[in-house]
This record gives sequence, structure tokens and C-alpha cells, in this order.
Amino acid sequence: MATQPANPAITPELIAKHGLSQEEYAKILTILGREPSFEELGVFSVMWSEHCSYKNSRPELRKFPTTGPSVLVKAGEENAGVIDIGDGWAVAFKIESHNHPSAVEPFQGAATGVGGIIRDIFTMGARPVFLMDSLRFGSIKGESEQARTNRRLFAGVVAGIAHYGNCIGLPTIAGEVYFDDSYNGNPLVNAFCLGILRHEQIARGAAKGVGNPVFYVGAETGRDGLAGAAFASRELTEESKADRPAVQVGDPFREKLLLEACLELLATDAVAGIQDMGAAGLTCSTCETASRGGTGVEIDIELVPQRAKGQTPYEVLLSESQERMLVIVNKGQEDVVKRIFEKWDLPYAEIGTVTDDGMMRVLNGSEVVVNVPARALADDGPLYYREAAPFTPPPPLDLSTVPQFPPLETLPILLAHPSIASKRWVWRQYDHMVRTGTAVLPGSDAAVFIVREANKILAASTDCNAIYCRLDPNQGARIAVAEAARNLASSGAVPIGVTDNLNFGNPHKPENFHQLRAAVEGISEGCRAFDVPVTGGNVSLYNESPAGAIDPTPTISMVGRIDDVAHITTQSFKEAGDILFLLGKIGDELGGSHYLLAIHGRKEGAPPALDFAEERKTHQVLLSLIHKGFVRSAHDCAEGGLAVTLAECCFGNLLGASVKIASTDRPDVLLFNETQGRIVISVKPCHVVSVEAALAQSGIPFQQLGTVTQQPVLGITTGDSTYQWSVTELNNHFESAIPSLMEG
Amino acid sequence: MPTIIRCAVIQFPGSNCDTDCKAALASFPEIEAEIVWHKDTSLEGYDLIVLPGGFSYGDYLRCGSIARFSPIMGAVRHAASTGVLVLGICNGFQILCEAGLLPGTLMRNRGLLFRCEHQHLRVENNQTPFTSNLTLGSVVNFPIAHGEGSYFADPKTLAELNANNQIILLYADAAGTVSDSVNPNGSLENIAGICSHGRNVFGLMPHPERACDALLGGTDGRAIFQSVIDTFSQGKRA
Repeated sequence: MATQPANPAITPELIAKHGLSQEEYAKILTILGREPSFEELGVFSVMWSEHCSYKNSRPELRKFPTTGPSVLVKAGEENAGVIDIGDGWAVAFKIESHNHPSAVEPFQGAATGVGGIIRDIFTMGARPVFLMDSLRFGSIKGESEQARTNRRLFAGVVAGIAHYGNCIGLPTIAGEVYFDDSYNGNPLVNAFCLGILRHEQIARGAAKGVGNPVFYVGAETGRDGLAGAAFASRELTEESKADRPAVQVGDPFREKLLLEACLELLATDAVAGIQDMGAAGLTCSTCETASRGGTGVEIDIELVPQRAKGQTPYEVLLSESQERMLVIVNKGQEDVVKRIFEKWDLPYAEIGTVTDDGMMRVLNGSEVVVNVPARALADDGPLYYREAAPFTPPPPLDLSTVPQFPPLETLPILLAHPSIASKRWVWRQYDHMVRTGTAVLPGSDAAVFIVREANKILAASTDCNAIYCRLDPNQGARIAVAEAARNLASSGAVPIGVTDNLNFGNPHKPENFHQLRAAVEGISEGCRAFDVPVTGGNVSLYNESPAGAIDPTPTISMVGRIDDVAHITTQSFKEAGDILFLLGKIGDELGGSHYLLAIHGRKEGAPPALDFAEERKTHQVLLSLIHKGFVRSAHDCAEGGLAVTLAECCFGNLLGASVKIASTDRPDVLLFNETQGRIVISVKPCHVVSVEAALAQSGIPFQQLGTVTQQPVLGITTGDSTYQWSVTELNNHFESAIPSLMEG
Repeated sequence: MPTIIRCAVIQFPGSNCDTDCKAALASFPEIEAEIVWHKDTSLEGYDLIVLPGGFSYGDYLRCGSIARFSPIMGAVRHAASTGVLVLGICNGFQILCEAGLLPGTLMRNRGLLFRCEHQHLRVENNQTPFTSNLTLGSVVNFPIAHGEGSYFADPKTLAELNANNQIILLYADAAGTVSDSVNPNGSLENIAGICSHGRNVFGLMPHPERACDALLGGTDGRAIFQSVIDTFSQGKRA
């Protein structure tokens, strides 16, 4: 065996370097009743990082509604929550961030983010069926050094997601991409995966059965991704580039084999428990399975398959090498593991056993290097009740300070704003059709996927307007939930669950902690209003660059169910002569709008108001109209307001629209306001009377807007002015914006 | 009772369109499809062998270059030499080229980016077991999804392909016009699919199995599999 360097002495500097506070170190001394070994210090450091322990956010996360009749596995119990979808089938889904790795190494950072979330899903016994992504970058416009960096990050992240998702054969069917300078130096990469399983297939990450062998399966352990969880729980600085070894390297081919082998293994009765090695790798998976099982686990580092020679126990324990799993096998069934992993040409090794003493014990041959109560590590970490700064909601926007910009010029500018513009450049790089279930392609309100083996139709959307969240985090979070639900309703789906990714700045700063708390409360209120549980998610704090914290970004991914293929609805107008209705008010709120940002360069005012009761009524009446077969297209009004929505509805089939709005408001307010709760639908002329009657009966505000036209012209008349745009030209602005920035 | 056509879909490590192909094939009552593991060595009794899309062996080294050494490839070669129908889709096409069962090679897309989208294709030869159900010169729409689909062959090979009518599908627009502006990957002459000299081996980058269900945006791909069925039911093959 290669000689290993001697471990350093435990000094205050070493403790600080591990991101542990004096109080935390004192707690370690109490738990152990002695000074920790170097390995133990590392193990505590990663397990008590925010990424693994949620020590700053846990008290807040308890506010989420997490229960309901359809919840089979609750948030926080396992790697992902599981929701019943009927007929013995269930879905497991979750979103997770890989922000800091992507900032330092965008391609591998994003790729391994996708790999990690896929493992979380098949660890549950579910077959992954589709992916989504929520991405945020600084501005990609212009020739500044920063813009060039942002373009490099954007291109690298998209390529990394494509690399991993395409190779493993999972369609990336939806997502969102926003560009804003608050993400300079700290992009956000949140990856979502959904899998499907039978109720009886739910796998547990618990080390059950004292005496059962513990297997390591999958890729060999290397030095990559050393202590990535601790890295993710620090602010990014100029020196972060030196942390590049903390970024893992992904091998989607290995993961594809691991996925197939694990699902084949889980279909036998050989598995007592299974857990992926993600953040904090071997350390986290051993102490979490032991803690969940109420048992102990003893493993021997010398038995772990290793890629490099001469790795120290510290390195092996803290490595975040990808594509690895820990499997607790029912004693006597070891041969099943051997047969399946040999078939798939994957490394495997029996590295230890389940014990009854509650300890996570790590041997290096005959020497004990870690001997810690598993429960203390996994569940008894520190908990902080941080201070939240007092918050005064922003005053409403004073319209008199906003000069009117000509609407004719505004619409093309908004459609070409990278946050609003077509993301075809992005999703064309993702295989979004593999697994032959994508019924609605990316670019509509929500993606719709037919899961053939279960005969179920699922819809999913991911949303967050971080400008609203910056101005008023509670209101922004409420709106994110409402928008996700609105996108699902517009696609014909009823929401069944939410997973959230809370991206915030350093929680030690009271204003940041207020944002986190207010957003969690907003999400909780929204989920209760729509009666959907939060099934899990991820917290990413310390999203700061030298320029300051990011705009708070609580990303909401909502999953819905559609019961009949006839109910699948898309945003594109279908036929000339169809009549347009607006569900909701014409609105007049410009606070936090993209009009204000893109035209006037201002991020101010109060975000739009939101009434959950009204919102829910709107979704219900829309769904009832869809179920009756009246709705030919539906599209919600989001960034850029009604004019952008109408243009987007025209694009799919290059049709036009003739719209008349009776109002004396300023035309810019009328066309580009972002008042919530609005959906544009088109219906056949023969259904107008029935639709009007149903809308009137529902009690929501609505109005007839106009007609779909064959001629591809969008015409809007308001007061005594008429604005007309060529749909082809608008579409060119919309489609060419990102390619021209990225390809020149 | 019509003859049942037995079809093998080869599963290489890293194949990811194997179950999609099997599902598309199984949607035809005349076809019985099963997955065959790449470590198997026999393909006796199969009428059609499909090499599906994916990233066999992670596409490491070069697309298809490792898969060609899989144990099953001996049986694929043998079947092809005895006239059994062999269909390679996307990565399967790349493997057939690497294995020398089809001429030429597939290179990195022009523009270097992976491309996934619906693509119009013009039918150049309908006198093959895979395209007899299509009209010569007609336009079909299949999805593409590849990063390395730029077909390349030396001038002599290209001339032979043309002379022998081995070019089956070209990238085109909806009206059937073939031009560089509708070439998604930089393939020579807009080539999307070719067959062997004997017509029994067919490789194409687009995915017909993804165009077999109206709910997913089109059924043009069914014509490829229907052609195979017609070939057998009309007694052109035993």
C-alpha cells in the first residue's frame, strides 16, 4: 500500500478552514467526549454544512405544507418525495441546485447537477422519465468582460446539461432561463427530475437488518469533488477558482449503466436499503442510512474501489466522485448483486456491515479512523434561528415618473429581451423527445409528458420571477406558486405537488434571512391555497459574488396530472376566426415589470397584487372549459404582459389576431402591465355563448378580446389608437435574439 | 393469420432508444419485438434487426467505434451477409458505419451543437424493403436528435452511392426542396439515410420510431415499419 501523509493536528485554523464555528466544534467535543480525528473533523464539517444539514433553513422549512392524502413519502424522509397518481402508480420528483460548481466549471458543474438529481430519483426505486432546468445568468448582451463571461457560463451550462441528459437518454422537456446582472459571478443551475414507480417499488434509504452486508456499487472513488458540500456552503470569492477540485466530473454513460443495474437490482428482493452518494459522498450515505435505520454502519476504506492510488481515508470519505451508490443487501443475497453488476460491467464491493451500536465506524484496514454516533451526524446537527431584518414593502410605482415609450417599438424590444425571447437555442440542444412521451414540446406554458407504461399524462412547469422577489420576497414567492399553477391549468392539468429550490444569499445577513423566511411563507401560503404538498427540494444559500447577493430566487417546480389526452392544451392559436377571451382583468400594474426593466432600466415599485381565491376560481373555470372541449388554446400573461402573450400565441402557427380593448389607460400600461391571474384563451365561434355563460357564472372578471386572423398581423386597438405588428417580424425578433447573441 | 415478423432490438450499454423502438414496433400487430443484450452472440430466427439510438459505450473514442466490437456484432454481420434486414437509427447508423456494414462515417455537426427538432426529409428511393410504402419524392417528417450526424464519405464512395441509388433520405424543407439552409448538420449532399448495396441494411440519423404516434406530433415514421411488413406480406421475403 502507498504511504499516506500523516494527518495534520487539529488546530483552530484547521477547524475554521473546515467551516466549523467555535460553538460547533465545542458540540463535537461534547458528542465525542474527546478530540476528533482529522477524518472525523472532515465528516462533521460536510454533514453540518448548510447543504447537508439545512442548519440555517430548517426551522423555516417546517412551515411548508408537506402532508396530504396522496403523499406516500414525505419531504425530508428520503431522497425525494413520492406522490400517488392512481392505479397503483406514483411519481417521485425533486429539484436540486448546482450553483457554485457551475460558477467555477459550468460544463461539469451543470452536468453533475443533472446526474445528482437523476440518482436521487432512481434511489427511490423510480424509473426517471423526464428532466427540467431552471437557469439564471448575468446579462449576455454587449462586449464587456462580464457579458463575455456570462455567455461562456450560459453556453457551458447548457452544453453540460445536454451532455448528461442526452447521453443518459432522459428528455429535458421544460425549464426557464433568466438573465439579470444580480447573477453576475453566481449563476443559478437548478435541475429537476421526475420518475415513475409502482407503490410497492418504493425503495428506502435505511440501513435495515443488523448483520446485513453493505455494498458499494458504481464508479470508483477519486479525488474529484473533494468536500463539495462544504464548498457549496460558502460565498463565492475571487479565490473560488482555486476550488476547482471541488467540482465533480460526470460520466453519464456510467450513470446510465448504474441506473439500469440499480433498477434491475431493486426489482429483486435482495435490497434492504439503498442510498446514492451525492453531496458528502460515502460519509453522508453511511451515516444517513444508519440514522434512518436506527442502526450503525461499519465500513472499511481499504475495500472501497478507488480510481487513484494513495488516497487518504480523509479523501475517500469526503470525495464526491459521481455515479456511486450504497446498497444494504439482505444477507444471503450477495450473489444477486454480483450477477447484476457483472452483467452491467460496473464495479462493486462489499465494504462493511450493518451493526446494532448506532455508530458510523470507518476502518482503514485495522485502524479505526471514524467512530461517531450516526444520529448525531445526520440529525442532531446545529440549528440556527437567524435574525431577519425588518422589511417595509416597497411603495407602489409612481407612474408619473415613467415616461411613455411608443408601444409599437416596445413589443419587439420586449420579445427580444433574452429573458422573454425564445429559448429554442437552449432546448434544441437537449434531446427533448427521447422516451417517446413528449406531447407538448418545450416553449409552451407547461411541458406535457405521456408515461406510456403507466398510462398517465403528467405536466410540469418551473417558475420564479426574481425581480418580484427582490422587491417583495413574500409576494414574489406567492406569485411564483400562482404562476406555476396557472401554467399547469393553461395546459389542462391539475397540480399534484411542488418541489422548490430556495436560492438565496448568505443567511448571516439579516436582510438575506428575511428574504428566505418571507419567501418560504409565501410558498407555504400558495401551496395551501392550491392544496398541493411540498414534496421536497433544496436550499442553496451563500449565493453571493463580490458584488453582493443574488436577487432572491425561490424556484417553484409544480407537477400536474391530466386525465384525458383530449384535455392537453397548448398556447398557439389554432384557426382563423376563433374568438379570444381574456380571463382576469386588463390590469394596470407596472411595478417590477419587464417593461420597466427593459425599456426604462428600472427594477422598482411593488410587484403585482395576487388574490389566491380569485386565481383558483380562474383555474377551475378554465379547466372546466377545457374538459368540455371549448378551449383551443390557452396562454397565461407573464413577463411583458398581454401584448407579449398575444404575440406568443400567434407564433406557433403564424396566425394573427385582431384585438380591441376599451380603456382610457396609457397604452404602455395597458399592453405591458403584469397584473396577475390572467389567461388568454381562444374558442370556436360556435362555443362563444357557452363560454361566456360559464365565465359569467364563475364570477371572475373576463372580457372578449377579439379574433384570430389568417393574416399574420397582430393588431391591437385601444381608445382611438391602433397598433399593428407583422407576426413574422415579431417572431424573428423573438427567435433570433439569443442565437444572435451567442453565435454573433 | 398474417406471418409474424420477428424483430430484435439490440441493447448496447448506453443504448437509450431501445425501449422506444420496441414500443413503436410492437404497435404493429404483425411485428413481435424483443430486446437482445449485446453480449449475446446469436440472432438466429429474426427477420429484422434494429440497432437503436443512444450513446453506446458513452460514444467514447468515436460514436459507434466501441460498440462495433460487442459480441453481438458478429451475429449482426452474419445476418446482414445473408440478407436479413438490418436497420440502424442514429447511434445505430453510426455503429453500422463503424462496422463497415454501410459506407462513410458520421462526423460532428456543423455548428458543433447537438440538435433535436422535427425535420423534413425527402424520399429518394422507395425501391427498398424499408421505404416501399413511401412515394418517391414525397416529404416525411421525423425528429432528429444528434450531435454527430454530419454524413461524410470520399468522392468515390459518394459517386457509388449515387450510382447505385443507395441514398434513401435527404434533409429537405416542407416543400421537398433540398438546400444547404435546411441541412441541420452539414451532411454531404444533405444525406440523412443510406442503404447497403444489397438494400437490406439501412441506416439513418432521424428517428422514425419517434414519429409513430399522432399524440407526439406525427405518424410519418410508421411508413418505414409498414414497408418492412409489406415486404414480408407481399412475399418479397421469406
